[in-house]
Amino acid sequence: MSTLGSPLTRVDGPLKVTGKAEYAAEFKVPNVAHAVIVESTVPKGRITTIDTRRAENQPGVLAVLTPDNAPKLPGAEKRVSVLQDREIYYNRQPIAVVVAENLHTAYYAASLVDVRYDTSAPKLDFMAGFPTSYPGSHNNEPGDLSWGDTNAGLSQAQTKLDRIYTTPIEHHNPMEPHATLAQWDGDRLTLHDATQNVFGVKRYLAKMFGIPDDNVRVMSFFIGGAFGCKGQIWSHVILAAMAARQVKRPVKLVLERPQMFGPVGARPRTYQQITLGAMRDGKLTAIRHDVHAHTSVIEDYLESSAFPTRVMYNCPNVTTVHRLVPLNLGTPTYMRAPGVATGTYALEVAMDELAYELKIDPLELRLINYTDVDPHTKKPFTEKSLRQCYERAADRFGWSKRNPEPRSMRNGAQLVGWGMATETYPGTRNVASALVRFLPNGRVLVASGTEDIGTGMYTIMTQVTADALQISPSLIDAKIGDTTLPQAPLAAGSMSTASVMPAVQRAAFAARNRLISLAVEDPDSPMHGLTTAQVEFKDGKLAHKSNAGRSETFAALIARHGNQPVEGTAHAELPKDLDEYSRHSFGAIFAEVNVDPQLGMVRVRRIVAVYDVGKVLNAKTARSQFIGGIVWGISLALQEDTYVDEHTGRIANANLADYHVPVNADIGEIDVSAIDIPDPKLDPLGARGIGEIGITGTGAAVANAIFHATGKRVRDLPITPDKLLV
Amino acid sequence: MNPFEYIRAERPETAIDAVFNSQNAKFLAGGTNLIDLMKDGVEQPGRLIDINRLPLKAIEPMPDGGLRLGALARNTDTANHPLVRSDYPLLSRAILSGASPQLRNLATNGGNLLQRTRCFYFMDTGFPQCNKRKPGSGCGAIGGVNRIHAIFGASDQCIATHPSDMCVALAALDATIRVRGPKGDRAIPIGEFHRLPGNTPQIDTNLQPDELILSIDLPKSNFAQHSHYLKVRDRASYEFALVSVAAALEMDGDSIRNARFAMGGVAHKPWRSPEGERELAGQQATLAAFERAATRSVEGARTYRDNAFKVEMAKRSVVRALSLAAGGVA
Repeated sequence: MSTLGSPLTRVDGPLKVTGKAEYAAEFKVPNVAHAVIVESTVPKGRITTIDTRRAENQPGVLAVLTPDNAPKLPGAEKRVSVLQDREIYYNRQPIAVVVAENLHTAYYAASLVDVRYDTSAPKLDFMAGFPTSYPGSHNNEPGDLSWGDTNAGLSQAQTKLDRIYTTPIEHHNPMEPHATLAQWDGDRLTLHDATQNVFGVKRYLAKMFGIPDDNVRVMSFFIGGAFGCKGQIWSHVILAAMAARQVKRPVKLVLERPQMFGPVGARPRTYQQITLGAMRDGKLTAIRHDVHAHTSVIEDYLESSAFPTRVMYNCPNVTTVHRLVPLNLGTPTYMRAPGVATGTYALEVAMDELAYELKIDPLELRLINYTDVDPHTKKPFTEKSLRQCYERAADRFGWSKRNPEPRSMRNGAQLVGWGMATETYPGTRNVASALVRFLPNGRVLVASGTEDIGTGMYTIMTQVTADALQISPSLIDAKIGDTTLPQAPLAAGSMSTASVMPAVQRAAFAARNRLISLAVEDPDSPMHGLTTAQVEFKDGKLAHKSNAGRSETFAALIARHGNQPVEGTAHAELPKDLDEYSRHSFGAIFAEVNVDPQLGMVRVRRIVAVYDVGKVLNAKTARSQFIGGIVWGISLALQEDTYVDEHTGRIANANLADYHVPVNADIGEIDVSAIDIPDPKLDPLGARGIGEIGITGTGAAVANAIFHATGKRVRDLPITPDKLLV
Repeated sequence: MNPFEYIRAERPETAIDAVFNSQNAKFLAGGTNLIDLMKDGVEQPGRLIDINRLPLKAIEPMPDGGLRLGALARNTDTANHPLVRSDYPLLSRAILSGASPQLRNLATNGGNLLQRTRCFYFMDTGFPQCNKRKPGSGCGAIGGVNRIHAIFGASDQCIATHPSDMCVALAALDATIRVRGPKGDRAIPIGEFHRLPGNTPQIDTNLQPDELILSIDLPKSNFAQHSHYLKVRDRASYEFALVSVAAALEMDGDSIRNARFAMGGVAHKPWRSPEGERELAGQQATLAAFERAATRSVEGARTYRDNAFKVEMAKRSVVRALSLAAGGVA
């Protein structure tokens, strides 16, 4: 009875819809105090005075922490704003924390803190920063990488295309804001934190406060969305712990929605120049992808937009360059498909433009440049079935019926456009540990210190355990999000499935083997005297393989052994030959838009996407991930745009009314499926992560469809109605 | 949010007295705008007078054939009222294109008239400049992010827009706002209810601080057969208008006996264009006539860094709304 791949309903669903799932800020802790952060209102300068008297005089205020009185932290560094000095590097930088008996007192007192600044001229002009930009790296991969001779490739090209594409700053805006509940017991710290990185928070906080790692426990059982912004450790987590130590009480700190626009990351603004050289038959001779992306003045984060260009097409001469432009804004960070979402937008629109230049069907152009090996390293892929994705998606969409002429298709008065793009995301895996435990009550616990950011981690851990033990998923409880559990990597980079599931599977096998060993050595067990190979484990029972009547439940076995749980643990290392392969997922996405020819309003009527992501472990949660990514890709194409005031560096639309993400009415039909060919070279389950690939390519597919509908090529996201009027 | 006093009024007179006799008091109806602004520190009333129990919820026909909409009738109930739907579909559509169902369920007609601008610099006290929020501090929007701002009737003090959809339809329908103050009742035509910013952008309307809105009175309408509310926006719902147009035509066969249209999202108040309307009177309902009216209606527009598109968008929206009102000419 394999449950792998089946559409098992989210096991934590009932807890979530009944309100029983407790999120970080919801834990009931006696004597809790409430903290509110005061943020700067200038982008650069120095605090001259910070008058807290009115705030402190409010009844119920317990403490007002400022750079004047905050304790010095041994691990303090510039990237976090933890009240160690009076310097201001960006607008909305945390500069004080008010702690009070209740939340409304804390809010009101925070509004009474009077701050004066000595301001200086901020760097806020992105393009003015290009001449002094500098190289960077992303996850230790170099920002600059080339092969072949790109200039020679361009000279030999029969067609050349040189275009600039821009994408705006975006903010993650998970439904659950960042929240931390901090409690000290002597020099031991316990945190309930809205994080996708419990072990990262643990290590960072220990270093920050100069205490041993093991003095810190971090829990993150349920997360109301993260998308990358809860992967880094930001100032507020430290400030919550600092405040709790100061008032000697548990402290709860929740960011307000506007506070999500500054101190907790964003997708950086990009300016991408793409130069393509091709022969008349469509063969690429050269690709140059130059990226400028902003970062902050306190930390480098590189939006690696040219990374997908290194893997997508068979091209002998490729140059990819990234430059960082530091601005007086909060540090940007990983946001769903970091680099790849913005980079595939630019590359895949450029490919569409090339297809029109060459009068080759856009899909055909991709097939002409299809690569079966990594175009840079020439290594084989662990598994690649992109060709099938193109074929199936084109067929389901009806691509062959497309008239390539722009403005040629209509739906009543509306212009209709069809566009497509390739999707990709790295297939990442990291080391991870897990445990599986048979309990006296007949249930099975599976646990690992990973997180479920809405992706379905609880559910697939349950399925993998059920599959390994051949028992019903209903007998399994999954536990995650706690640093007291076996260590796992942060839930990011689409790596959790391939990292954690092998450990879960091996832990389940180890636990089962221990159970069988216990049975065959137990004189009171019906298995006594058998070899372990003669015993099978199925449906919660140990049984003689050739005499099913000779059996007992594991609960009975455990009961005879003092009700001591039987446990297996596993640490899954990376396969030794993994570096002999290139690891990437791919997909093909097709979009249909309707565009109002006079008013420029765009509606995405239909999306068809097919993914090559290895083995899909749960058809239902996978579908949700794909759809979620696609919706966000539509948002990238049409809506999201952070408006930065160029004088104050303050984000003007720092709320969910003015920062646009799609509503239901914006989204049409979405048809997603997966090729579902396992990738056993990456991990024994053959599964690659799927959290991010859905957003990749989507922006380009929609933008290409808009060009097909209107004949207008907008190269500046988002494509709002005003840009289609001119 | 600052501490404030809360009292509940049972009769209009006690509500008016309560406001009259206190500094910095505000009426509280649906609270969908005021409470948000209080949370953000933009509004800091010392006293809230809850008027939700006042008997101002009725929607009832008037003897002259018009319709009286109680100030405290909820937007949802107004939009879905059978007489509004049959006789003033323009108003129904305008209300339903605004906000979200949850907001409309709470928001009142009186409160909708008084909702404040969505200008970024007004909404966030972290911005140092806003003449509407802090008179004399300057306007952050004029040299800042101004994609959503006014192209008509602005001043060098303020370029904010009025965010309501309902009011745009009310302007086209020539509604009257009936109010009561310490000196008695008076009626304010919708066109004189909202103000242009001029040198006093902090004052949104000509309603006095101690006056209470009793009702919105709609005159008998001959536009029910030929009206349309068009809203151009960045997403399909829960979104303020970049430009909206309320168009109402009284037709005599193919010719236009009487035309009214008002634009939203373009000024500090719903923006009527008498010149544009005059272009249409007595004309055949043709695309050419609508284009002439639209061209006239955007004359005198003044734009800023990010909102130049609104002129063309307004023009095209006027054409589209009039065409659809006429029965689908374009």
